[in-house]
Amino acid sequence: MPKLESVAALESLRSDILARRDATRPCIAVCAGAACDGLDSITVATAFKSEIAKQGLEGKVDLRVTGCHGYCEKGPNVVVGPKDVCYFEVTPEDVPGIVSATLKGEVFEERVYKDPQTGAKAVHMDEVPFYKHQTRLLIGDNPKIDPMKIEDYIAIDGYAALAKALSTMTPDEVLNEVKKANLRGRGGGGFPAGSKWETTKNAPEKTKYVIVNGHEGESAAFMDRAMLTGNPHKVIEGLIIGAYAIGAQQGFIYTRHDAPRLVEHLKAAMAQAEEYGFMGENILGSGFSCNVELHFDVGIFVSGESSGLMRSIEGNAPEPRPKYIRTSVSGIWDKPSNLNNVETWANVPQIITRGADWFTSIGSERSKGTKLVSLSGNVVNSGIVEVPMGTPLRTLIFDIGGGVRDGKSLKAIHFGGAMGGSIPADQIDAKLDFDEMSKLGAPIGAGGLLVMDEDTDMVEVARYLLDFLVKESCGKCVPCREGMYQMLKILTNITEGKGKTSDLDRLGDLMEVTSAASLCALGKTASDPLKSMMRYFKDEYETRIATGGGAGSQAI
Amino acid sequence: MTDIVLNIDGKEVTAAAGATVLDAARQAGIHIPTLCHFEKLEAYGGCRLCMVESESRGKTSYVVSCLYPVENGLVVRTRSAKVDKIRRLIIEELMAHAPEAPELVALAREYGADKDRFEKEPIYCILCGLCERYCAEVKQKNAIGFVGNGPEREISFVPEIAAKECNDCKECFPLCPTSYLQAAFVLVESLTFAPAAAEPVAAQG
Repeated sequence: MPKLESVAALESLRSDILARRDATRPCIAVCAGAACDGLDSITVATAFKSEIAKQGLEGKVDLRVTGCHGYCEKGPNVVVGPKDVCYFEVTPEDVPGIVSATLKGEVFEERVYKDPQTGAKAVHMDEVPFYKHQTRLLIGDNPKIDPMKIEDYIAIDGYAALAKALSTMTPDEVLNEVKKANLRGRGGGGFPAGSKWETTKNAPEKTKYVIVNGHEGESAAFMDRAMLTGNPHKVIEGLIIGAYAIGAQQGFIYTRHDAPRLVEHLKAAMAQAEEYGFMGENILGSGFSCNVELHFDVGIFVSGESSGLMRSIEGNAPEPRPKYIRTSVSGIWDKPSNLNNVETWANVPQIITRGADWFTSIGSERSKGTKLVSLSGNVVNSGIVEVPMGTPLRTLIFDIGGGVRDGKSLKAIHFGGAMGGSIPADQIDAKLDFDEMSKLGAPIGAGGLLVMDEDTDMVEVARYLLDFLVKESCGKCVPCREGMYQMLKILTNITEGKGKTSDLDRLGDLMEVTSAASLCALGKTASDPLKSMMRYFKDEYETRIATGGGAGSQAI
Repeated sequence: MTDIVLNIDGKEVTAAAGATVLDAARQAGIHIPTLCHFEKLEAYGGCRLCMVESESRGKTSYVVSCLYPVENGLVVRTRSAKVDKIRRLIIEELMAHAPEAPELVALAREYGADKDRFEKEPIYCILCGLCERYCAEVKQKNAIGFVGNGPEREISFVPEIAAKECNDCKECFPLCPTSYLQAAFVLVESLTFAPAAAEPVAAQG
């Protein structure tokens, strides 16, 4: 493919791709996201391929292996377009039946959604309860794309936002649109992305960097890798638009070394983006150039922390450093470096295409757009969910999630992984909003939501999360390394029935000093789960200490 | 370069732009305790003992003075109830590992730290990194490094380098706040540097 030299060349390529495609032709999309892949969905895809060949249906039925569809609980997932008929828990044995039904314009009843209570069936994506309460602006494209094929992304208007930005907007206009959209960082802090971009843009150094944080180390968070694996071009497009607005000549994508399919898709997508001229020199003939490099983490949680990540890109150990001077001013090799997470970048193209006014029409007053949430724990439907900001947790857990597993009652809702917090069931009407959840003590973080049922032992939950973090501390600063270690020892004693009444006092001091004095966000927020426990579940801790344990049965 | 004027413990202090709060305080004769700081090395910010209360544009925060740059109008309090509490707990945490280290014992007395607050697990090294950084930054030999992370972190001599360099240097020994380093070296030497150990090393501080 020769490099695209202009916006017109892109549009002409897009017309060619669409002209070669028949929008009415059935397309079978087999999910190969992490969960479905684990359920061997590839054998299902292979079975479809053989069946299509056997029946001589090439050119009549298309097959596509895609990234995560979202409904992980019911994988392997298959969606048949153009009407989006959803099949769940598909086995290779179901394949001939699905192909035959598809050809006849019928539905293969055995694998459509059935309501667990009433048995009522739901055939199309917009009728399935898990999907119908969602607004899938980002993850919704996954079933339409083979992540290894850039044509699939171009066919659904891919890189149109980049073309629009480069050909009709100045860098300042792009920046202002993102500021006006009030896009807040999806990685945890909820800091306005536009302000961060502006800081880097205005920093005096000429060399500037833009970075995708695709590390996603937060426990119970798995939506970023679904996004990056299933639709890598959307993230690349967002990154290049950001580089243009900021005036960066070099981008980095920092992600996991241990997710083979993610690595494969990203490498292919970056090679294709370069080949087609969406990154590299003179992008779409605009005169703007930006190269992008792929970097892998070194297998430690703290390499997802912004300054640790930047040390890692420099080739050093990912030890965080203090941010008295922000990384957006002095980051990689002391150059201004703008870091945003995968989901933040993925939001950029649609803000450029559809405008800030459209974007701000979605969401709550101070949190705009949609949010990807990884739903797991004791919930009926685990998976990746996308809802407008401001959606009540009740919708997430009951309407979409199908409620608590095994008919049990809800005890707590935990957000934000090992550095998040747990809130009790009576907060179920709280809204998914950066500020509201932070005030409650369960900040959204990157978006991992754990549902905890009546049997959950809240002492064990805090112990479990700290046990994870202790091992992930780099060990450089005393309050993080020693503070967490001492908290873990105290919690372990309590769970083993060896708690003392003085323990809560010591925990209180440790929490206070660890969060006030630690060097980086890991130590500063490590005691947040425990703080939420002391706020909402202190009596459980007191009882455990008084009775010498023997309470709860499980962690998460 | 223009001078910066800030206030430390009620005293007006002048410092060069780019200086840290710790530099400024020391220049003005105001003591802030440190464990991982040494003038010849880049500031590290690991022990967190030099934390102070800072007030800038109406916002109070807790920052490590060895890294925090001075700014005009900054108000710094080197002692406060919270600063003392932070230091006390840090000392208590470290005393679980090096209960007899003279520097810690003195600090414990000053801040009312209870050396028995946390269960003893003596490993003697408090991971201040002075030896590691001195070897890397001043001597540029990198004979000592950190291995492991979190509570597993420890210093380790790189045998190939240490066998060549350490016997004739040992400049890092007096920097060690717990004297652990010297013991570690003697132990490692007896186990690892067999050829070099033929020449006995006098244990000198």
